[in-house]
Amino acid sequence: MGTLKVPVTQHDHIKGPANAPVTLVEYGDYECPGCGAAYPIVNLVVEHFGPRLRFVFRHFPLTQVHPNAEPAAESVEFAGAHGRFWEMHDGIYENQDRLSPPLLFALARALGLSELELRNALASEKYAPKVKSDFLSGVRSGVNGTPSFFINGRQHEGTYALEDLVLAIELQLHAKAAL
Amino acid sequence: MSKVLAAGTVAPGFTLRVTPDQYLSLSDLAGRPVVLAFYPADWSPVCGDQMALYNEVLPEFHKHDAEVLGISVDGAWCHEAFVKDRHLHFPLLADFHPKGAVAEMYGAYRKSEGVCERALFVIDRHGVIFWSYCSPIAVNPGADGILDALERLPKEGASDGHAKSSSHAA
Repeated sequence: MGTLKVPVTQHDHIKGPANAPVTLVEYGDYECPGCGAAYPIVNLVVEHFGPRLRFVFRHFPLTQVHPNAEPAAESVEFAGAHGRFWEMHDGIYENQDRLSPPLLFALARALGLSELELRNALASEKYAPKVKSDFLSGVRSGVNGTPSFFINGRQHEGTYALEDLVLAIELQLHAKAAL
Repeated sequence: MSKVLAAGTVAPGFTLRVTPDQYLSLSDLAGRPVVLAFYPADWSPVCGDQMALYNEVLPEFHKHDAEVLGISVDGAWCHEAFVKDRHLHFPLLADFHPKGAVAEMYGAYRKSEGVCERALFVIDRHGVIFWSYCSPIAVNPGADGILDALERLPKEGASDGHAKSSSHAA
């Protein structure tokens, strides 16, 4: 079972308070159907635990089988540079069935971001190093496919069904409370 | 689970079909680290697929001058279709006839099911197994163990005296 080799830092995309007792890290691919299926479940988990949970998303695109995964990840990083990471992230997963470059540009425009700037960022691979660094941190932590979850640094071996994730997180909360 | 060959063992040589009309021998890669990845079958689900992962990690393997070889009992035509469909950029070898013979030499053949184990070997520049690992058959072992092993390999310059052979048995 893997452990998270690269700790969560301010370079990560984080939802929830820094002092939350549990941190859930997801390694995901925007074109992966499993990640698309996990997306609404993760939202429920985040809502359920509120301030007791900090959620972190890291990129793990399988670029050779998912041709839109890399541009999608770089587009989300582009949006993140403008403070709109989660809006872009949500927009892609909510429209995953029509993921394509036109969708990425349309989502950027809807967020008031410059389509031209996004096109240039993709063409120059401006955010590719960040995506690559996320990917490699996953590989070194034992990520073997997507979605992969880490709960307080330990790889979650169960499924991403709501009850599995909730139970695993509750166990961590109880463990912390017992200290 | 099979007992796979352990570190320190000389890697058994082999020649297997790599495409319908080409063969590859382990000795062709002498002088370079080799990653052998035995796996049960082509066409497993995409997102958790071991070969798709190694495809993405390939630049990291290449930083260590390592060559990656996937091996299963699927035939060369099957491999060809799989490589094309998944855009794999490394060779898949067909341990097809006699079936599983190479896997058997490495202790990585599941006789009961007639498929290779999910077994990994990192072979050093001198042809000696440096690290090996057999994963539960349903578990994709990831790439972290391979990268750790490649990093621990003794560093050697180009002048290690091991001539590279480019001969292909036909």
